[in-house]
Amino acid sequence: MDGFIHQIISGIASGGIYASVALALVMIYQATHHVNFAQGEMAMFSTYIALTLIQAGLPYWAAFCITVPVSFVIGALIQRVVMEPLSKAPVLASVGVFIGLLLTFNSVAGWIFTYTLKPFPTPFGEGKPLFGGFVSRHELGSTAITLVVLLSIWAFFRFTKLGLAMRAAAFNPVSSRLVGVPVARMLALGWGLAAGIGAIAGMMVAPVIFLDPNMMAGVLLYAFAGALLGGITNPLGAVIGGFIVGIIENLGGAYVVGTELKLTTALFIIVVVLTVKPAGLFGKTLVSRV
Amino acid sequence: MMKRRSLLATAGAALAASRIPAAHAATLVGVTDTEIKIGHTIPYSGPASAYGVIGQGHTAFFKRVNDKGGIAGRKINLISLDDGYAPPKTVEQVRRLVEQDQVAFLFNTLGTPNNTAIQKYVNSKKVPHLFLSTGADKWGDPEHFPWTIGWQPSYRTEAQIYAKYIMKNRPGAKVAVLYQNDDFGKDYITGFKDGFGKDYAKYVVKEFSFEVTDATIDSQAVSMQATGADVILTAATPKFAAQMIRKVSDMDWKPLHFLTNVSSSVGAVITPAGPERAVGIITSAYGKDPTDPTWANDAGMNEWRAFMKEYIPTGDLTDGGYVFSYGVCTTLMQMLKQCGTDFSRENVMKQATSLKDLYIPTLLPGITVSTSPTNFHPIRQMQLQKWTGKTWELFGEIIEGTGA
Repeated sequence: MDGFIHQIISGIASGGIYASVALALVMIYQATHHVNFAQGEMAMFSTYIALTLIQAGLPYWAAFCITVPVSFVIGALIQRVVMEPLSKAPVLASVGVFIGLLLTFNSVAGWIFTYTLKPFPTPFGEGKPLFGGFVSRHELGSTAITLVVLLSIWAFFRFTKLGLAMRAAAFNPVSSRLVGVPVARMLALGWGLAAGIGAIAGMMVAPVIFLDPNMMAGVLLYAFAGALLGGITNPLGAVIGGFIVGIIENLGGAYVVGTELKLTTALFIIVVVLTVKPAGLFGKTLVSRV
Repeated sequence: MMKRRSLLATAGAALAASRIPAAHAATLVGVTDTEIKIGHTIPYSGPASAYGVIGQGHTAFFKRVNDKGGIAGRKINLISLDDGYAPPKTVEQVRRLVEQDQVAFLFNTLGTPNNTAIQKYVNSKKVPHLFLSTGADKWGDPEHFPWTIGWQPSYRTEAQIYAKYIMKNRPGAKVAVLYQNDDFGKDYITGFKDGFGKDYAKYVVKEFSFEVTDATIDSQAVSMQATGADVILTAATPKFAAQMIRKVSDMDWKPLHFLTNVSSSVGAVITPAGPERAVGIITSAYGKDPTDPTWANDAGMNEWRAFMKEYIPTGDLTDGGYVFSYGVCTTLMQMLKQCGTDFSRENVMKQATSLKDLYIPTLLPGITVSTSPTNFHPIRQMQLQKWTGKTWELFGEIIEGTGA
């Protein structure tokens, strides 16, 4: 019984990792109606920026506060320089560019920062883990940060005009332009915000799984499953989905399918959700008139 | 018409006849009176480019050989190509080496998946595939792959050695294993099965696998603790090994922890995981660690340092890759010496499999290289070492693997 509870707690802890990356996926989807495959690699790159700043002698939170805006600028720049010329191209062209970005960020990070595993500091203290050693202080702290980010995103889309305009620009660019929404600027803003959220996710994930250029490869897939399960249009749904995937993955691995099929379980979730309820558990089914 | 056909038949017969003796004689490729061409692949770029220093070491080593007059009057021409650690690229480069450059043999090609990709091809071409830079056990399979031979102790041998130690020092232990679900990880299970023999089920309570694509191994660590094991073996690459060391310490669990020597790097595993968390972990070694003060005045390591000073003055003296290179190149030189003046592929393979108790300056005292037509595992001995919090400390005797 003890083992069972420990598996659940440890599942929640890894679910927190998936949830934070899932949020970045929701952000970019809300803003552009695309899923950016390079999201994970961009987050990894931002984490290296933060590590470089910390190694240069900056305190953790200062590095944090610089990294997020810097990542925002990088994200917005990518939209303006790389994605903008493709705005009228078919969606497959964008997918190609996403994969190109993924490879580029991965290789550039390896080239600049080497492939050696690096420890990343946690701002929540190294002290003794809580709850019988199954949740570290960092995991608790990062879950809190994820919830803060979640609340801000939700409030942003729900209560601000900018958030509404952004959703409109992604949902129906033509009509939005007609009513005066600067669509191109909205897209750049969406990319920037997603990159900023990704940077936060990266900095929360790195102390747990260590930093190397391939850090996000495993996480992104589980995060994707989480986002889809909860509903990729709903930030809260994506976070809950992330936690559920973490728990299912642990319990399934330990008691049902065995550790060899953990990844398959995540892929299975993706397929089932897309077949049975494409909008996800908490997502809204969007109907667009053509 | 008849005449022409019979003419063709005669010509064909003559051609066939002239070919028969050639097929029986020794195959001499890539060797002239002045040169021996050797092929090599290694990742100079890409995710595993840290291994590139090994290639740099080889190039410098053979430069020294040539500066001293070469071997049997011939200079060594090492063609070392980059494969970026990508198996398809290795296949492409090795085909180029064999078919276009016409090398005499392949030497120390790096990587388990990479060598797996070329093994069938080089064996069908009957090209000696010597002293590979990978610890998988399958390179010692003379029955199916008579042209391939490894060098370093295999992961399987390593696991046999841990099993021997556990049976002797911890009889009645309950062992749990965490292994990477690929050739590398599974070799440890096989080695444990050899080592524990019929007592395997008595010792090993459970094996847990993980995939390299997993984000964490936390769930497995929790399950392992729940089995009540007091001895664990972690057969994982650096990232997961570091996670495991930290998780075990976080859970306040204090089993006797054996760690694959693949992940014994202080910089890549112990430091990220936290040196104080790793205290008491046991791994194994077969070569001298260039950072270990024990070898500060060691004759063998001084020989290597002198070589470094003259040929790679800018090289990092704490990088074990150069030490590895020196050891494997020394082995190759002995093989070439034994060849005399016959560098045919058949004789190269024959000499590579008849090395007797060869002393290598960079291996631990007491560990030697031996091969025979039935033993394609040149190094089969290792010594255990324990992490003290600051450094790895060797202890106990040299232990030899149990398998054939």
